[in-house]
Amino acid sequence: MNIKVLFFASCRDLIGTGERKMTLPDGATVTDLISKLAMEQARFTDMAPSLMVSVNQAYVERDAKLQDGDEVAFIPPVSGG
Amino acid sequence: MAGDVYKIQDKKIKPDALYNAVLADSDGAVTTFAGVVRDNTKGRGTSYLVYDAYRDMAEKKMREIGKEVKEKWEVDCVGILHRVGRLEIGEISVLIAISSPHRKASLEACHYAIDRLKQTVPIWKKEVWTDGGEAWIEGDPSALASR
Repeated sequence: MNIKVLFFASCRDLIGTGERKMTLPDGATVTDLISKLAMEQARFTDMAPSLMVSVNQAYVERDAKLQDGDEVAFIPPVSGG
Repeated sequence: MAGDVYKIQDKKIKPDALYNAVLADSDGAVTTFAGVVRDNTKGRGTSYLVYDAYRDMAEKKMREIGKEVKEKWEVDCVGILHRVGRLEIGEISVLIAISSPHRKASLEACHYAIDRLKQTVPIWKKEVWTDGGEAWIEGDPSALASR
């Protein structure tokens, strides 16, 4: 399946881009996506525990299953206001 | 005609427009809150701030806050604006305006709304200091529990 992945703030700086198209095996979860990113960028492993994750603009847990066409975002602790 | 407003915007926030947008003839009160760019963080001089947002989701989460507010208090309209991009000292980063028939509801609702915004809305602040340093500021991760 193909998904769109968004990165913001400190996470965008780490990954080096705000948006990526990624391909994952069917049935993959948020945890699988995190593992794939961590293999490419080791420091993502350190950052991941502090990140919230949203799928199609709703916060989800790490075991959430992803589907083709999903928009996934990695959300560092928010600091608006 | 008064109505709700939930918006992430690049241009300067004008308080009067939001105040007028939420006010109807049946209202007896409007509470507004403005978050403003301060010139220091714990004594370290701030040059300017940069705000980034996950725009679509941020507006969705602001709309959810408006819904929560209306479930908890007898308010009329809710307006929430947040600016993104580069903000100078003294400029408004966030503006909330809530109208209600009686003052207590909008006073309490406004306090709740800004607290929730700081917990759940995907917006980030980068501080650029007068000494040349800069960093993305991260909020309290314990807000994870109350998303």
